Amino acid sequence: MAQVLVVTSGKGGVGKTTSTAALGAALAQEGQTVVVVDFDVGLRNLDLVLGAERRVVYDMINVIQGQANLNQALIRDKRVETLYLLPASQTRDKDALTDDGVARIIAELRERFDWVICDSPAGIERGATLAMRHADIAVIVTNPEVSSVRDSDRIIGMLDSKTEKAERGEWMDKFLLLTRYDHARAQRGDMLKTEDVLDILSIPLLGIIPESQDVLRASNVGSPVTINNPSSAPAKAYAEAARRLLGDTMAVTVPREKKNLFGMLFGRRAA
Amino acid sequence: MNPFRFFGARANSAPQARERLQLLLSHERALDGRSDLVVILREEILKVIAKHVSIDRDKVRVRMGKHDTLSTLEVDLEIRAPTSSLTALAS
Repeated sequence: MAQVLVVTSGKGGVGKTTSTAALGAALAQEGQTVVVVDFDVGLRNLDLVLGAERRVVYDMINVIQGQANLNQALIRDKRVETLYLLPASQTRDKDALTDDGVARIIAELRERFDWVICDSPAGIERGATLAMRHADIAVIVTNPEVSSVRDSDRIIGMLDSKTEKAERGEWMDKFLLLTRYDHARAQRGDMLKTEDVLDILSIPLLGIIPESQDVLRASNVGSPVTINNPSSAPAKAYAEAARRLLGDTMAVTVPREKKNLFGMLFGRRAA
Repeated sequence: MNPFRFFGARANSAPQARERLQLLLSHERALDGRSDLVVILREEILKVIAKHVSIDRDKVRVRMGKHDTLSTLEVDLEIRAPTSSLTALAS
């Protein structure tokens, strides 16, 4: 049965798009059929992070308005063949994303894929509410930082009230994905610890993604980090998070970057 | 400037972040109509105490703590001095 998953956060810049790409790729690498759907009309970026920006011909709004069918709009990843992208429109009016149109597209995608992953835009406006509307489960991307935690809490409230599942009186599973985590800083007491964030938001933990250059490098070259550098700490963390989504119950560990000799001798930096 | 800061005697900021967030979110959740255990407890405990002594509502802290095997509820409040002694101090 298909699962519709929304990747959301409220606050911008915390790593929703990066995490959508990495989780989508990791699930596809596990053999699942996955489509990642960009809901950020006017500010699409999932295509860029996936390295598919030059292959976009039709987008979700073209499909909603009947100018193209889903097959024409879906872009198949060149590296992992069970991974697809449905791009957002870059130029059109946001209102073109209609409730009915989105409902129809999600229903059709459900038929064809194991996972439909919706990348929410930042904020709590229409795009964000539409991205979460049809979700079965939610991944809340949070940085260990006060403004991000506060916005995540707000989004959790919306997931529990404004989604189809909530309106049917059903429980929506929500998981925390803690990104840009700096173990050394948390240990020094200068950054909220994982337990603090979990305690405050009271949702289960899906994974901890360490702050890492590998994440930036991956988006620079347009390849999800789980494909670009599978042995890196963030890639392993995403891969484990994906396995947890598939039902694996392994414990969450704090992934640490390996220190090189220089880092070991002079401390601090590598974390 | 505090010269001791230079030697790293700075208090950690994460506990402050945690406390500020807990306080803020318990209020915001209540505004959203989400029931928050700490808020409910706070109101009910205050009601009982206010029956008997005068308290300053701004100086009440209710915190839930989670540890490995137990949870704690911490209530920290200031009881107002009787009015007579307050006027005595002011004069």
